[in-house]
Amino acid sequence: MAEYLIKNGFVFDPVLEINGDKVDIAIKDGKIVQSTEIKNPTVVDAAGKTVMAGGVDIHAHVAGPKVNVGRNYRPEDKLFNYEPRKGVKRMAGGFSVPTVFRTGYKYAQMGYTTVMEAAMPPLYARHTHEEMRDTPILDQGAYPVFGNNWFVLEYLKNHEVENAAAYISWLLRTTRGYAIKIVNPGGTEAWGWGLNCNSIHDPVPYFDITPAQIMKGLMDANEALRLPHSIHIHTNNLGNPGNYETTLDTFKLFQGEKPNNDFGREQVMHHTHVQFHSYGGDNWGNVESKADEIMNYVNNNDNMTMDLGCVTLDETTTMTADGPFEHHLTELNHLKWANTDVELETAAGVVPYIYSPNVKVCGIQWAIGLELALLAKDPMRVFITTDHPNAGPFFRYPRVMKWLMSQDAREAQMDALKWAEKVRSATLLSGLDRELTLYEIAAMTRAGTAKALGLSHMYGSLKPGLEADVAVYDYNPETAEDPELIEKAFGNAAYLFKGGEIVVKEGEVVSNGNKKTLWVDAKVAENPQVQRDVAEKFLRYYTVTQANYEVNEKVFMKNPYRIEVDATQ
Amino acid sequence: MAKIISDVVCPFCGTLCDDLEVKVSDDGKEILEVYNACVIGTEKFLHSQAKDRLTVPMKQDEEGNWNEVSVDDAVEYTAQMLCNAKKPLMYGWSSTNCEAQSKGHEIAELVGGVVDNTATVCHGTTLIAVQDVGVPSCTLGEVKNRADRIVFWGCNPAHAHPRHMSRYSIFPRGFFTGKGHKARKMVVVDPRSTDTAKMADLHMQIEQGRDYELLSALRVAIRGNPLPETVAGIPRETIQDVAETLKSGRFVVIFFGMGVTQSLSKNHNIDIAIALTRDLNDYTKAAIMPMRGHYNVTGSGQVLGWQFGYPFCVDLSRGFARYNPGDSTSNDLLRRGEVDAVFVLGSDPGAHFPISSVKKIAQLPSVCVEPHYTPTTAVCKLHMPVAFVGVEEGGCAYRMDNVPIETRKVVEPPEGMLSDEEFLERVLERVKEIKGVA
Ligand code: SF4
Repeated sequence: MAEYLIKNGFVFDPVLEINGDKVDIAIKDGKIVQSTEIKNPTVVDAAGKTVMAGGVDIHAHVAGPKVNVGRNYRPEDKLFNYEPRKGVKRMAGGFSVPTVFRTGYKYAQMGYTTVMEAAMPPLYARHTHEEMRDTPILDQGAYPVFGNNWFVLEYLKNHEVENAAAYISWLLRTTRGYAIKIVNPGGTEAWGWGLNCNSIHDPVPYFDITPAQIMKGLMDANEALRLPHSIHIHTNNLGNPGNYETTLDTFKLFQGEKPNNDFGREQVMHHTHVQFHSYGGDNWGNVESKADEIMNYVNNNDNMTMDLGCVTLDETTTMTADGPFEHHLTELNHLKWANTDVELETAAGVVPYIYSPNVKVCGIQWAIGLELALLAKDPMRVFITTDHPNAGPFFRYPRVMKWLMSQDAREAQMDALKWAEKVRSATLLSGLDRELTLYEIAAMTRAGTAKALGLSHMYGSLKPGLEADVAVYDYNPETAEDPELIEKAFGNAAYLFKGGEIVVKEGEVVSNGNKKTLWVDAKVAENPQVQRDVAEKFLRYYTVTQANYEVNEKVFMKNPYRIEVDATQ
Repeated sequence: MAKIISDVVCPFCGTLCDDLEVKVSDDGKEILEVYNACVIGTEKFLHSQAKDRLTVPMKQDEEGNWNEVSVDDAVEYTAQMLCNAKKPLMYGWSSTNCEAQSKGHEIAELVGGVVDNTATVCHGTTLIAVQDVGVPSCTLGEVKNRADRIVFWGCNPAHAHPRHMSRYSIFPRGFFTGKGHKARKMVVVDPRSTDTAKMADLHMQIEQGRDYELLSALRVAIRGNPLPETVAGIPRETIQDVAETLKSGRFVVIFFGMGVTQSLSKNHNIDIAIALTRDLNDYTKAAIMPMRGHYNVTGSGQVLGWQFGYPFCVDLSRGFARYNPGDSTSNDLLRRGEVDAVFVLGSDPGAHFPISSVKKIAQLPSVCVEPHYTPTTAVCKLHMPVAFVGVEEGGCAYRMDNVPIETRKVVEPPEGMLSDEEFLERVLERVKEIKGVA
């Protein structure tokens, strides 16, 4: 494989504690190496440019059944944005729910190389993998959802954490999944009867267990399994005024808990799209930001990580395994509603949404997402996302970065809101003068996310030995003044190396890369009871046979990459 | 010694039963018995064993005589035909696996073709309705485990999806439905007294083509608003009765078929059926599901979706994907004379399209990739026989509830026989050569 030397760039790497120094980055055989190890490299001149590790997205909805519902039922999402086939690129289109090709290319153009699909219904694992297989360039993995799974509910109700762990190990292997995702624990099962769990103590109908017990039990199982990533939570009561209390209740469930793994992960739980969970007030008239209370907790408890879920003020397509929430949303905006309840496992809903700058609540939501980041003391634990496409499409990350890095840019957007004054008084944003640095941005988009995923041995830094995923941006931190430059440069990487190969060159996608699909194989001691329970449930309640449930790597995955964990001790 | 292969998936209808057992001869060449499948499913397996099966490509000459040609010639003819056409129609895709569909799409992208599947003449209207109003739905296991109110509207599963009622919708005992059909109420809406209707607790024998009115009346009844004495031939009391039955259920499912998708009002019927389902969610839990016909028509919509963003009639001829039912749909293109070559794989338009369309196919350069002799192979210029997907070749297929299942290969195809995917792969390579792309 080719050797490269990226010279003279301003490097930002929180793992190596390089903060804008000019450091040369050497690449050989797909890995970062010491410059002394290469003999005859192709030199890439990065003078006047910013260099970072490839971006790692911890939470996006980019592949799978609900994403495809979003594509297929919104032809209007493809208006005026289709790009023809060109060179190695397939034709690609879509705005909030792009086709798989566009997803790969757009992420690459932002300098991202790894993207996690945040919710995979196990019964639809094959579908999720088919889409990931067809998504070019990106290394990907998918989180199966567990928070409403009947096996989990039953084991945890009976305090059988060991059985829950054995089942999780089986399901991760069978679906080639990466981590334990929890969405509206218990509430989505309740949705099977048109009901919901609005607090973490609402009992789940029939199963006689609470969301709190589910989340805590799954955390115990996660740590018993020593998984690379922690449990990944979207808690109850999303999107409702006053819900910050539910969020804090959820956080507090894990106070003082310690992680158990060999991957360098330090959190016991990741809470996703916290923006949607940080609302005060008790109705849409008096809704207000509680970002300060939320971040106060996060800053003081270092056993958790979170991501933002920034609203980008676009028209988008919401989609989540929080079935009852999507029903609630369609009652609110009266737009089209898709829903799928999945036997024994989960549900999902899809509803288009317009975050209009002319709507006060949307402005408040926009502000809260940014506040969370600006109030964060440890950028290695607070990550940039838009919960793509829920709060906005992923290719707005550079715009989010602009808002976070420039108070002028935030104020300009604030002024452009129709209800600017009302938004100001319901939020804290205008009082925050912090401007994030590129070093902090690098933590929030690669170093921190890779670590939280238990993947810091592969991604997130330019340390020798790691995957040669390197992004070069046409952004000179010494001379750049106009905040618009941030958005432009970080949305159009000058170069992207993925696994040591040039994927983007001078802003153009020149290769479809050699993607990997990551999954976690956690070995547990043989557990005949769980084996029997699985066999019985398939026989009696599933509509596919057990033998037809497993994802066949050869057919459905591109370059499967197994991460082994031994939890038999 | 014969061996039994279990957990075999039936590649016939959208029910996609995956519990079949197939007894094959020791050398793996012959299917001896098929267990658990319904008659049509069984027939699909046994049909692959037909002794007079065509195994060599056949081409029609100018006079209409059929001659054997080599596979290489077949690949060449197909590739040239597609490359020379300005706007080739690539139709079918519903009886093959997702892998073959994917290959076909790449070819279509390179040659600027239109990719359309059989939804165009069955549930395309449903797909349009979903674009209008969405669709609250569920997997078939939810029906089995929870549903106590089942509606079959304009469909006849007793004949078209023979194991649907026993596997999922009426008879099985599920987790919360321990009494099976005894605790389920079954409503059938159909102008005919079908075998399905005969089993129903209540058959609304609707006047032909008046589905929209009856659906509308049900919405009115659910809200408790006044109705005229009869709607669509159904007395007011019956409608109110059905509305109450649905409202009082714990989990309602409406299954619907071509009786509503292709009758008067088309997609509007489905719009309002979905709206009815939405309304019911204000009182209880309700879902709606199309009874998809071909075993992988759903998969075609899915693959088209993630690759191009639209579920059927995707026109790639302008260099970007365009979707416009009524314009980019097969029959509209054929009848307007807008396509100049036709490629068919995994369906039989010769049997199902209007005769005016079939005549057009007969006049155009055309290829049919198909294991059987069909009305389509009869009118195409080239018949390329292939292996049976789901019998002689595995691959992914999507059930009517969008659940993907990997079909299993149970026997070897006749010697030298390519699968759909292999044939398309060879055409793709040749197309790339002709077009000069890497
Ligand atoms: S119901 Fe359909 S899928 Fe099932 S065996 Fe019969 S034809 Fe095959």
